[in-house]
Amino acid sequence: MKKVPMWRRYDRLFGPDKKADIKAELRFHVDCKIDELIAQGWRPEAARKEAERQFGNILAVQRAGERIGGKMEQRKRLSDHWSDTVRDVRYTLRTLGRDPGFTIVSVLILALAIGANTSVFSVVNNLLLRPLPFPESRQLVWIAPPPQKCGLSCATYSSDAYEEFRDGSRVYQAVTGYFAFSGPGNVRLTAQADAKPATGIDVIGNFFQVLGVQPAMGRLFTAEETRPGAHHVTLLSNAYWRHQFNADPAIVGKVIDMNKTPYTVVGVLPVSFDFGAFFSPGEKIDLFTPLDLDASRNWGNIVTLLGRLKPGVTLPQAQSDALRVEPSLCWNVKQPKSCGTYGGKDSSIQLRTLKDYVSGRLRRSLVVLWCAVGAILLIAGVNLSNLLLARAATRAKEFAIRGALGASRGRIIRQLLLESLMLSFAGAAFGLALAYSLVGWLSHQGAIALPMLELLHLDGQAFGWTILVAVVTALLFGLIPGLRMASGNLHEAIKDSGAGSGQSRKHNRVRAALVLTEVAMACVLLVSAGLLLRSFMKVLDIDLGFAPSRAIAVKAEYDDSAPDGKTSAMKRGAIFRQMISQVSAIPGVQAAGVVDYLPLGANRSWGAPRAKGHQYKDGSLPNPLVYVITPGYVQAMGMRLHGRDFTWSDDPNGQNVVIINSSMAKFFWPGEDAVGKVLVGTGTGDATVAGVVDDVHADSVENSTSWQIYYPFMQAGPNSAELVIRTNVEEPSAVASSVLRTLHELNPNQPAAEFVTLQSMVDRSVSPRRFFMILVGAFALLGLSLAALGIYGVISYSVTQKTQEIGVRMALGATTARVRRDVLGETLRLAVSGLILGGIGSFAIAKLIATLLFATSPWDPLAYAGTVFALMGVALLSGYLPARRASRIHPMEALRNN
Amino acid sequence: MEKTRLELFRGTLDILILKALIWGPLHGYAITSLIRRQSDDALLVEEGTLYPALWRLESKQMIESEWGLSENNRKAKYYSLTSEGKRHLRSETKIWQAYAMAVAKVLEATHPPAQEIA
Repeated sequence: MKKVPMWRRYDRLFGPDKKADIKAELRFHVDCKIDELIAQGWRPEAARKEAERQFGNILAVQRAGERIGGKMEQRKRLSDHWSDTVRDVRYTLRTLGRDPGFTIVSVLILALAIGANTSVFSVVNNLLLRPLPFPESRQLVWIAPPPQKCGLSCATYSSDAYEEFRDGSRVYQAVTGYFAFSGPGNVRLTAQADAKPATGIDVIGNFFQVLGVQPAMGRLFTAEETRPGAHHVTLLSNAYWRHQFNADPAIVGKVIDMNKTPYTVVGVLPVSFDFGAFFSPGEKIDLFTPLDLDASRNWGNIVTLLGRLKPGVTLPQAQSDALRVEPSLCWNVKQPKSCGTYGGKDSSIQLRTLKDYVSGRLRRSLVVLWCAVGAILLIAGVNLSNLLLARAATRAKEFAIRGALGASRGRIIRQLLLESLMLSFAGAAFGLALAYSLVGWLSHQGAIALPMLELLHLDGQAFGWTILVAVVTALLFGLIPGLRMASGNLHEAIKDSGAGSGQSRKHNRVRAALVLTEVAMACVLLVSAGLLLRSFMKVLDIDLGFAPSRAIAVKAEYDDSAPDGKTSAMKRGAIFRQMISQVSAIPGVQAAGVVDYLPLGANRSWGAPRAKGHQYKDGSLPNPLVYVITPGYVQAMGMRLHGRDFTWSDDPNGQNVVIINSSMAKFFWPGEDAVGKVLVGTGTGDATVAGVVDDVHADSVENSTSWQIYYPFMQAGPNSAELVIRTNVEEPSAVASSVLRTLHELNPNQPAAEFVTLQSMVDRSVSPRRFFMILVGAFALLGLSLAALGIYGVISYSVTQKTQEIGVRMALGATTARVRRDVLGETLRLAVSGLILGGIGSFAIAKLIATLLFATSPWDPLAYAGTVFALMGVALLSGYLPARRASRIHPMEALRNN
Repeated sequence: MEKTRLELFRGTLDILILKALIWGPLHGYAITSLIRRQSDDALLVEEGTLYPALWRLESKQMIESEWGLSENNRKAKYYSLTSEGKRHLRSETKIWQAYAMAVAKVLEATHPPAQEIA
């Protein structure tokens, strides 16, 4: 082989040409052959023919060559790519390892941001994005009368109305419902002495079939079992079966005594079905029994309705069908006047998807929450970008040299992207761990009254979301520094004019812009959090009409069975008179009284009473919520009373009396004293108003109050007995055991029921608001600290860059105070511009957040002032450290350096 | 014996090519002539099999190629052994020799093997 001349090197200028190579190689072979033959004495023409003949099928060989060559090429490209990547990864690991401070800080920031995003995504996905976990759940609709201010009784239907609706509608596969007035702890397993009270609920026989819930064991209810006089049967929730019956595999067919009545267990529901999670957030329902529609026909409105639409029926179609049926619904078919009374004055029956009913009202809050974590991600990303830029400045030389040695721009960008990708995936891994524990913790927060919280878990979708977030973060925030660095001027960088060069100035401007964004985002978050916090404070300040602190309640068992109502009332009076007097005697107890429905829970109403001697239009009066109470209840609840409390002589033999709330009193007797006036059409007929109490927030803490009417325990029939005890000790549960002992002495059947503090009921009612406020608040704090970190980074870097300049200035006589002031001034400029931007942003989102606020304007000056204060404070703090460093620069050292 | 009839067993060509390259880089034509001359014209390598064999060996990274100029100043593709190829040649040569010896033993036998004692 001879030496290849120089010019030959250029024939591959346009890259290798495999096909031509093969042809040339074979041609050369044939030529050699011809030469040889000619040397042997052949004539040129004949020699060529002979050579080609000897070679055989030259084309076939050529094709085989191309095939092999193609394969080889592919393999080579793949292995090149792979080894490049491996090299880049190894290089990245090395560079990241060399700067552990940077690596740890970036991974930590990303872990927090991505963890928060994954957790919130899980919550949002669970509540908003995913369909309800029922088959064909889009077909499920919630059917309710127009909203009125008379509690559950006005949000439900009677047995007759249910049947009319079921038979009159044409768009449903089936309509079902459940008894809405079951209170917690209404079931006692009488055979098991130590059993805690359980919560049971009556459902219309086809309830589970309509939802599409399949039993884990046994079967669902049959049509026969819902008829009057049928054999008593029950279905157990999976959780109850596990903890009360130790997951007894032979439970189906066993008989359990519920409130002294034997029930046969026909089945166990699946783990995936948690009634409370959908229909009464924060509560556990343990047992299900079929509702006897006939037995409850005269109880008035008792069932909430839901239906499964026929395939293809839309919600508007169903709505118009419901409007058609509504006028024919009767509260009681035997009372023709009660037909067509379900529609309100200017509103009518309302259909919504079951999903909308379960989680619709949380949509806004969830969107705000999602935006908040999005902002956190943005801030974290900007921070990462900033850190990368700071590194870029110190690594400019390295990249310039690589560029000079032939690394392409793409290669350098790839290298930087890989770096941010690796950081971001490390962050995502820690973030997932964080989200896993957070979501796991959340799903066990029974005290937060959010629907479907128990179903919360980290699933494949959340995992996918995490990956997506990680990749987008890496691309978005790795690209800016990457592009900046790769486009740098090689010459400049290698020369390293150092501090004050044009390149670093430009860097600084980009970094300042990034920090500005950060501060602005943090500002928006802080304003939102501030507004939510203010709302929450306002909610806590609401006058509930009773004093929740230092009061506890417990369900008391009693037996007032008697041949007639009057005897029963007298018996009941005797039981509770004794109970209350004995409980009141316990040290630490200030007052005690009994009610059948505690506020902030279930409630009911009994038609509309009227002031005697006045005429009102039919249906124009709202139905007041009804409470049956003993003497002492008003005091035990800490309600303010005008007039007199009930006494034990308000019995069946006494005059009918009631206590009403002030809204009702003001409506009937405006400007007059209602005490002594007479109401007609009450639950006990004509009744004299004995007293007036302040309005109590009955439905929820935030909703405005409705009319309320209180009847004495011996003149009206209570549905149950909740003993309320007001104590004068800081920790009310301290007296619980003595109270329970007293109850046990009075009634050996009294179960070891749990005490609830009234405060905990209030807390539960405000728990969704507290939950969202705490989350947004936490995100705001996170955003604030990230912004602080960003400010610190930029200022600190700029001080480092200006070391020389500052040194010169100090040598020329600038004081340390002057230098410090300048650095702080730079910081404040950044912070103020960020604040202005953030203020504009906050105005923009005010509309979104306004609906979430309670009695707080979206322009609440305190929230804005707090934000400005917090941000300025944090900015000054993060600017102070670099400022101090700047003021301690020694002129001589600064000048010698470099 | 007709020399062109002497067909090469599968796999034998590879080892012959590798052996031919042990003396230095060669182009395809030179490889055929080297094998022919070395075998005293007994082994004739057909072009139709030589080139695919070369390319296969190249793709297995036993040999590598480079364009160069031939003795008569023409562009030719030169092949040379890689270290992988050398290793392969060594091990294959051993196997081949053991094989050839075994075959020879059987073919040159003058009496049947002794009875095996079970």
